[in-house]
Amino acid sequence: MSRTILVADDEPNIVISLEYLMQREGYTVLVARDGQEALDMIERDRPDLVLLDVMMPKKSGFEVCQAVRASPALQATQILMLTAKGRDTDVAKGLALGADAYMTKPFSTRELAQKVAEMLATRP
Amino acid sequence: MIKPAERRRMLAMAAACAALAAWAGLTAAGLWATLAPGERQALAAVLAPRIALLGLSGAAALAGLAWAVHRLYRRHVSAPARLLEQTRLLLAAPGPQPLVSDPQSSEGLQGLAGAIGELAAQRDHLRGDVAQQVTDASQSVQQEKNRLAALMSELTQSVVVCNLDGRILLYNSRARLQFRALSQAPGLAGGAELMGIGRSIYAVFDRQLVAHALDSIHQRLRRGAASPSAQFVTATASGQLIRVQMAPVRNPQAGQADGAGALGGFVLMLDNVTQRFEEESLRDQLLHGLTEGSRSSLANVQAAVDMLGYADLEPEMRERFLGVVREEVATMGRRITDLAHRATEGMKTRWPLEDMLGADLLAAARRQVETHCQRPVAVEGLDAGLWLKVESFTLLQALTYLAGRLVDEFDVKHLQLRLQRAGQRAQLDLVWTGQAMSTETVMAWEMDPMRTGGQSSPLTVRDVVERHGGEMWFERERVRHQAFFRFLLPLATDEAPPGAGQILHSDSRPEYYDFDLFQASALASVLDDRPLASLSFTVFDTETTGLDPTGGDQIIQIGATRIVNGRLLRQESFEQLVNPGRLISPASIPIHGITQDMVAGQPGIAEVLPAFHAFAEDTVLVAHNAAFDMKFLQLQEAATGVAFRQPVLDTLLLSAVVHPQQASHRLEAIAGRFNITVLGRHTALGDAMVTAEVLLRLLPLLQAQGIHTLRQAREAAQATYLARLRY
Repeated sequence: MSRTILVADDEPNIVISLEYLMQREGYTVLVARDGQEALDMIERDRPDLVLLDVMMPKKSGFEVCQAVRASPALQATQILMLTAKGRDTDVAKGLALGADAYMTKPFSTRELAQKVAEMLATRP
Repeated sequence: MIKPAERRRMLAMAAACAALAAWAGLTAAGLWATLAPGERQALAAVLAPRIALLGLSGAAALAGLAWAVHRLYRRHVSAPARLLEQTRLLLAAPGPQPLVSDPQSSEGLQGLAGAIGELAAQRDHLRGDVAQQVTDASQSVQQEKNRLAALMSELTQSVVVCNLDGRILLYNSRARLQFRALSQAPGLAGGAELMGIGRSIYAVFDRQLVAHALDSIHQRLRRGAASPSAQFVTATASGQLIRVQMAPVRNPQAGQADGAGALGGFVLMLDNVTQRFEEESLRDQLLHGLTEGSRSSLANVQAAVDMLGYADLEPEMRERFLGVVREEVATMGRRITDLAHRATEGMKTRWPLEDMLGADLLAAARRQVETHCQRPVAVEGLDAGLWLKVESFTLLQALTYLAGRLVDEFDVKHLQLRLQRAGQRAQLDLVWTGQAMSTETVMAWEMDPMRTGGQSSPLTVRDVVERHGGEMWFERERVRHQAFFRFLLPLATDEAPPGAGQILHSDSRPEYYDFDLFQASALASVLDDRPLASLSFTVFDTETTGLDPTGGDQIIQIGATRIVNGRLLRQESFEQLVNPGRLISPASIPIHGITQDMVAGQPGIAEVLPAFHAFAEDTVLVAHNAAFDMKFLQLQEAATGVAFRQPVLDTLLLSAVVHPQQASHRLEAIAGRFNITVLGRHTALGDAMVTAEVLLRLLPLLQAQGIHTLRQAREAAQATYLARLRY
């Protein structure tokens, strides 16, 4: 059965590439346009992994991350943060709040696909 | 009239003659008594014809004796007496005085006179020496002062020296100019209400900010830092950003052992950095926009380009990815143009950070949180050698504020502070145990303006964190039932403590603080019981449209000058015309010379009074016939909200205290009595100057009457009959 990936980003121009890339890699792809939608979809559809943007309307990526980690039912959800905030303090904050990995924009799609595959491999 | 000395000499001669005559008489009477009657007759018969000869001989003997006594007296009594007088004169003489030699005195006495003369000459010589030395010394002090003054005025930086009470003791002209720029009422008091000898620096800078900087200097002194200094940046009421560097002025009398006790005051070096910060933050903004802002676009482009690389891409998808690339490139182009245009918009400021030992920061935080929140604060997991780069005042504010909300809203009992190194940063945790709370709740605190102990700050915790280029978040440790706020803070770039040089300062710093400047006592004591000589006075005068304050007459000019430490500070004066909003009575124009044209376009009393109030802050108000001027001021209280609550002295009443018999206590009359040259009479400032001179002359006279304190002066003034006059 194919793994499900949620792409949570408010910018359609990145969503289109991420969606295409992940589908190409053989995953089922869901798309959320803001933080609240992302959180709802995580609860409802239980994706295996979330590509989570930090700067989103309604709820920031940090908030979504914190909410996911606060819920015992959602512990299996892996979170890969994608953000334009490149400072080391942002990385530290993201990881401290429960992200499993963190990638700074811009990133190479090959590396991203690799990272996703690695992360999913740790959870059979 | 016979001189007393002459009479004494006559008396001495008469007494000697009387004694000789008595002796001769007694001898003759005794002889006569031993003779038999026959012998008496024989003797009488022998002497009777020669009685004239006997009488002549007796008279000659008496004359001889008188002459001898006269000589002896002159030589041994009159001459020493004259010498004594001359010696006394010599003693009292202010300068050299020759000792006239006395030919009539004995040799011994002449020798003595010579010795006295030499002693006097020696004394005069020594006196001359001392005077010369005093002159030299005061000349060199004057030179030192002049050199310091020249140095200070040459400095392009503003320098202000304060005592520990925050009173300004010394400032340079640059500081004066800068304070003029800071003044809320630039056209009126022109900064003189802020910068002046004896004024409080706290009128410009937040008391707590200065206290905090002093505190951190104390800490460094205690650790033995060679030249501790602290700096802070503050925004003034007029929106200027001032960077302040503070250096301690040490008390030369105090020992080195206790660094804290050795402080006599502090030097502030001020730098208006508004402009520079604006430029820097503009650069920051551009950089920020170009990095973080462009990252997303670049990511979008890169991802799209990566996708375009797939050979098997469907034409439709290919077109969409190309669309993404075109759109993002256009977006980036627009962003750069936009950034260039936004050059003049209001921007956030980057604040200078200071190096601080982590342990010091935690100790300060612990003290402040415990004081404000009344909860014990434990310090744990402290990496003692950690040096941080922080803006400690606002950071402590943030910690205290967060702790305060935890205590107020969740009744947290135990707080804990933790500081550890985390890579290239330090993580400072405010930890608490107990009730769980929602992340949304506590994270919302981050965006609220900070309040601590009734004081609110325009900054939020987020602002503080951004000033540090750091981060802050809320985390839970479920296992230990703990939660904490974590601050990521920058480390000091150089791990060596900034005050590492353990050189003693005492020889390396010029000592130019021998001015008695640091003797000023704490101002906390009530003014009433302070000696008059130690008070600061604002001596003022008003010109008005007429003489009837309750009948609608208004102030048209206020002039004031200051007396601090018994000195009239002519350069620190206040002079302002006021538009009375009504016609000036033509009868009064010849008196004050102020016409309707002159007050047109001048600020109204509602603008001038606050400036004058600030100028007079913390001083005793003095005016001639003060009741009249005070009535005008009081009548404005309701309209302007400015109340003059300080003590008031009236030179008219004080003059009546000192000279109760004088018929006139008009200002001219008093000035005449004191021989004060009156210039510019009947301008408000001119009259204020004369009044100030009068006050300076009255003070010693009051003191001679036992009136030393403000309270005594006010009571004495109240007791004069003139005080019964009311307006």
